[in-house]
Amino acid sequence: MQRIGVFVCWCGSNIAATVDVEAVAEALSHEAGVVFSTNYQYMCSQAGQELIQDTIREQKLTGVVICSCSPRMHENTFRKTCERAGINPYMVEIANIREQCSWIHKDKAVGTEKAIILGRAAIAKVLLNAPLTAGTSPVVKRALVIGGGIAGIQTALDIADAGFPVDIVEKEPTIGGKMTQIDKTFPTLDCAACILTPKMVDAAQNENIKIYAYSQVEAVKGFVGNFTVTIRRKARYVDETKCTGCGLCTEKCPQKKVPNAFNLGLDTRRAIYIPFAQAVPKIATIDADYCTMLKTGKCGVCSKVCTAGAIDYKQQDTLVEEQYGAIVVATGYNPIKLDQFDEFAYSQSPDVVTSLELERLMNAAGPTGGTLLRPSDKTHPHTLVFVQCVGSRCDGGEKGKPYCSKICCMYTAKHAMLIREKYPDTEVYVFYIDVRTPGKNFDEFYRRAVEEYGVHYIKGMVGKVTPQNGKLYVQAADLLGGQQLKIEADMVVLAAAIEPDKSARPLATMLTASMDTNDFFTEAHPKLRPVESPTAGIFLSGACQGPKDIPETVAQAGAAASKVIGLLVKDHLTCNPCVAESNELMCNGCSACEKVCPYGAISYIDKDFRGPGRTTLKRRVAQVNPAVCQGCGACTVACPSGAMDLKGFSNAQIMAEVDAICK
Amino acid sequence: MQVNGQFQPTIVAFCCNWCSYAGADLSGTNRLQYPANVKIIRIPCSCRLNPMFILRAFQRGADGVILCGCHPGDCHYTTGNYYARRRMTLLFNMLEYLGIERDRTRVEWVSAAEGAKFAATMNDFVETITRLGENKRLEDLRCKSK
Repeated sequence: MQRIGVFVCWCGSNIAATVDVEAVAEALSHEAGVVFSTNYQYMCSQAGQELIQDTIREQKLTGVVICSCSPRMHENTFRKTCERAGINPYMVEIANIREQCSWIHKDKAVGTEKAIILGRAAIAKVLLNAPLTAGTSPVVKRALVIGGGIAGIQTALDIADAGFPVDIVEKEPTIGGKMTQIDKTFPTLDCAACILTPKMVDAAQNENIKIYAYSQVEAVKGFVGNFTVTIRRKARYVDETKCTGCGLCTEKCPQKKVPNAFNLGLDTRRAIYIPFAQAVPKIATIDADYCTMLKTGKCGVCSKVCTAGAIDYKQQDTLVEEQYGAIVVATGYNPIKLDQFDEFAYSQSPDVVTSLELERLMNAAGPTGGTLLRPSDKTHPHTLVFVQCVGSRCDGGEKGKPYCSKICCMYTAKHAMLIREKYPDTEVYVFYIDVRTPGKNFDEFYRRAVEEYGVHYIKGMVGKVTPQNGKLYVQAADLLGGQQLKIEADMVVLAAAIEPDKSARPLATMLTASMDTNDFFTEAHPKLRPVESPTAGIFLSGACQGPKDIPETVAQAGAAASKVIGLLVKDHLTCNPCVAESNELMCNGCSACEKVCPYGAISYIDKDFRGPGRTTLKRRVAQVNPAVCQGCGACTVACPSGAMDLKGFSNAQIMAEVDAICK
Repeated sequence: MQVNGQFQPTIVAFCCNWCSYAGADLSGTNRLQYPANVKIIRIPCSCRLNPMFILRAFQRGADGVILCGCHPGDCHYTTGNYYARRRMTLLFNMLEYLGIERDRTRVEWVSAAEGAKFAATMNDFVETITRLGENKRLEDLRCKSK
């Protein structure tokens, strides 16, 4: 016979304000099996936990029901509490009377009644709980970082420094990511390449780091501590082991009219290319969409000039399978496409550019050698208009994003400042909705742009940009001045919203990691577990989780790395004991469960059973590998004979909950 | 159930642990209101929902049953919600044949980030069930308490 204790938490006034906790404790004390029922202000506090432990010992409880916040919050806390008092941690059930009761109901009578019913359901369930023992599974001491931008590089470096091998998978031919395209960084105005490229080299030279550039994750199997990942190494048509990165092929290739993606199409490159001089790994890649040899079979210039004999037109994609204990997602961001923002004439005039394009136009290694020139006629612009929040903070509708892209205010201030410093003869206007500069030395930076550099900040949105006679006529509202403005500009710069990289969505599906409605990866807890995905073993680094600037990205990368290290130092992980179990006496070996199992955790064995008289019968029965089973329960429903059940969420337990609720 | 002469439906919501249960928590965290008629049962995955549980709920006097899981393609266990979707399609057809209106059963995909959707779904479902009135079909009178 079970002896159940019920503990009702006030959670200060969070629960007690809309649920009469004393009435709940009183009502539940009359339930069958309950021998003790009480309430306390904060069950999760030290004193609350001691109350639970003392009661378990004094009342010789066998099971505990805690009416408190969501089990997603404190289930583990209370399991440990009970374990310390000597009962099995899986003899605890939580009735969620905060998130799913007190916070959603304003009427105290209604809230109290519902809390009692939820408490009853938990009691009904705990009466059927059985002690469970967690097994263990080994940890593969190797990490995978998906994405080789600053987030991925920093995470990999930190993990490698702790002595664990780590692989970076990067879809572009070089690591470095968006930061390689940036000229200067705010708020210090130091050169992005000067701080990034040494890190790229560090990553390449670190013996614990292996870089799979120009590669993509194709499939992910397994679970925390034991992932099997298939990586597709895309054909470069250049032998990585032979290419020395001399760049001769990229000078001799006759196909000169390929839009240069690194410079965002502002200039052209050859069909065989190295994205930029500091690329890591510095290996040429043939762009199959443009290469004459690959398309028509007639050319072969690169192969002739390559003294290393590295060109291989017959190269194919290869698949590599690797084992990892942890996976870090660092897929980063992209500026949104501006097709839908016709009012800014982005597709009509080459002089309307995005901020990232402006970065290239101001970069010494960019298409103009660092001299700011209008893309249309290569003349020096005198009047520049910056438009902020292009596609950010858009309410509803198909156009734009609802969130703030966070980095635009700062990089716009940076651009305005750099331009005014280098070209004092220019006039720079910035149109903003709000200027948001929270961050160390950020507001000081913005104020310098206004006060020292004389950038004209105007609150209001630009309504229309009209290209006419080589000029851009900008119509805008000045909200504080209460007037309409018409500015004759030479260039317009749009601070395009940022969105997660397109590769993130299919990757999330492979990893079974959840995403929010904007395709940013969701963290396990917004405040307390910001670098972990709810899926165990998956960690988040950088802008794949939300818009972020470089310092924040680096901080998060380090945090993700420390979480990975914390996982990899363990030799074994405790498995979830809530796994499927087959009742051999009922199983008829039909294979229905095996077919629905996503993990291949079910196998069959021939087992001897006692037959009539003294005979033995050999029967085929299902067996669950508890280390592989993740406890989804698909098999329990598929089983036609009811032999398969899920520990912790058994048929009887859920039925008992249903009964308690429908009483 | 009748409370002060007003019909108060009993509604059981099965929520998967990874998406919808977290979505329900989020609607609480954001203080989004929905009627107390909805009682949530946590299951590891929508594919854990045995059709027997739904039959049992209707037997014991539930007026509506809703299953919430991760969006198709986002299942924590990769394929669980696809199984759930197929099973529920069959079950709901059968229940309709037995006289339990199609509107009394529902499957909704709610992610962990969709607290607002969870609350809106529950408000709508409670309204629908209230309009449909009490459910007497399948009810096992032997289980009725006094």
